[in-house]
Amino acid sequence: MEYFLTEQQKTIKALARRIAEERILPVRAELDEKEEFPWAIMKDLADADMFRVFIPEEYDGLGGGCLELCLVVEELSRVCSGVAISYAATALGCSSLLEYGNEEQKQKYLPDVASGKRLAAFALTESTAGSDASAIKTTASREKEGYVLNGTKQFITNGGEADIYTIIALTNPERGSRGASAFLVDKDTPGFSFGKKEKKMGIRASTTRELIFRNCLVPEENLIGKEGMGFIITMRVLDRSRPGIGAQAVGLAQGALEAAVDYARQRIQFGHPIYSLQAVQHMLAEMATQVEAARLLVYAAARTIDSGAKDFTEEAAMAKVFASDTAMRVTTDAVQIFGGVGYMRDYPVEKMMRDAKITQIYEGSNQVLRSTIALELRKRRARRE
Amino acid sequence: MNIVVCLKQVPGTTEVRIDSQTNTLIREGIKNIVNPFDTYALEEGVRIKERYGGKVTTVSMGPPQAEEVLREAISVGADEAILLSDSAFAGADTLATAYTLARAISKLEQYDIIICGRQTIDGDTGQVGPELAEMLGIPFVAYVSKIEGIDNGYMRVQRMVEEGHEVIETPLPAVITVVKEINMPRLPSLRGLAKAKNAVIPVWAAQELGVDRNTVGLLGSATRVIKIFFPQRVHHGEILQGELDSQADSLVNKLRQARVI
Repeated sequence: MEYFLTEQQKTIKALARRIAEERILPVRAELDEKEEFPWAIMKDLADADMFRVFIPEEYDGLGGGCLELCLVVEELSRVCSGVAISYAATALGCSSLLEYGNEEQKQKYLPDVASGKRLAAFALTESTAGSDASAIKTTASREKEGYVLNGTKQFITNGGEADIYTIIALTNPERGSRGASAFLVDKDTPGFSFGKKEKKMGIRASTTRELIFRNCLVPEENLIGKEGMGFIITMRVLDRSRPGIGAQAVGLAQGALEAAVDYARQRIQFGHPIYSLQAVQHMLAEMATQVEAARLLVYAAARTIDSGAKDFTEEAAMAKVFASDTAMRVTTDAVQIFGGVGYMRDYPVEKMMRDAKITQIYEGSNQVLRSTIALELRKRRARRE
Repeated sequence: MNIVVCLKQVPGTTEVRIDSQTNTLIREGIKNIVNPFDTYALEEGVRIKERYGGKVTTVSMGPPQAEEVLREAISVGADEAILLSDSAFAGADTLATAYTLARAISKLEQYDIIICGRQTIDGDTGQVGPELAEMLGIPFVAYVSKIEGIDNGYMRVQRMVEEGHEVIETPLPAVITVVKEINMPRLPSLRGLAKAKNAVIPVWAAQELGVDRNTVGLLGSATRVIKIFFPQRVHHGEILQGELDSQADSLVNKLRQARVI
């Protein structure tokens, strides 16, 4: 397939693949088994300029956009999506800063992100606020010296590992979601601590923790945008990040597909490789077609965002939903083609199947996103577009 | 600190085929790579630069396409690269190669440390490093596994010997060859790749080096390859059968017959 990538995009993709194969592949099973945060690989990614990909040139980045980020995430996920999401969470963590931050904030934080010196994280979810993000309870009350944060965030990717956190908190609880604001919080801020590290089904190399705020004073200059913009910022950040989850899913599915093809070619049953069985051939053909369709949808959504389009909610949601459902199906079928050994941890496909599940859940569950798509569909029809 | 790293482009395979007419390697259809041992030399050069400042200049002698390895070197941190390429350099043995490299390095403004890989994976002789030091008239340390420190014109290194390690202190400038235990070479960076793509790599021919054509390449070589052949693989293995006791007896007998025990 011709993806019409530029030379620079091809270079980024090829280098990401090399890092994945040379640095991640040898340790992925161990990282999964030990639930260990991949610090050494984060350093490799930083040294290779991978954190510069999504940062503008004026802040020491390489000026890429959503597509460049997707290419890296896809290639890393092809080998280990736990590592890939640890990388991608940093992009998510500074997305609101990139779009809504002021010059001082960008100068202060982005060069360190670009160099890979500091990782970032984005924190919205709470125990009572998952799909219903407006139900958050964390508050940020205005005091003389700044804002005082109180509350607990849950399931935060890179929690405890990142140095820079974007926190969504209520500055005006009476106004509900319209009273939410976004803040940049440094890891070492007094009153900011970390709760338990979650034990997960998949993406186990990534860290997921609670963030706890107890009278945590955040200086006024760390407010992103204006008070009350928190929810708008959040929706925008998630619209932007969804193709990235799509890319994670595509990479995962691609890895599973390749493993299944290799295995089917060498597994002998009834005197022949199982690849010669039409039942297996059709499964593989279906998997390959689905992966390709998902990739094209993800790239198209990313390109729509990079083109400067004003609204891309629908495209981003479609890319995420389609790619994640594809990843779940393709990894499940890969385990099926492997048969008994596919169920064992000695082979990589059971991990891929475990890793795939989360892509249907986070960054907007696929059910919620289908409602989002339907809503956009109705709006468009009403506008007679 | 001015660091010079010598690199060689080699065929990226262990299954080399030989042209029986010319007694040289058949390179067509084989992807070329940087000699793996040289990648450790380059990484160490870049690390010395990062630790002590200075610059890394890479030098390679080879056909025009050897420029690829020099670009690769720039992508992982080399500052400058020089390609020594001339039809007169073709067919060089280690002596002529070392001579050509020595002439090129002598032309550089200054050099403090020259690093080579312990050997190449195609020629496998490990001679160019020491010959280079001899020709430049400077000290040489082989099989370096660690650079302990550089201070006041001296460098302390560990070198691997059969029994363990030796610590050697050498005045600079010096030539060292390194083993793979010394480091883990880094991957290129995106900025490095962009720099490598745009780098201008000068080509020095015999004329630029001011060498007599009789002292380089095949004419300058002290050795001639008369014949190249694959050694015959002779299998003398024997599998003993039968009960464990009789197998053990038979093994002991055979070892006695062979006067091993």
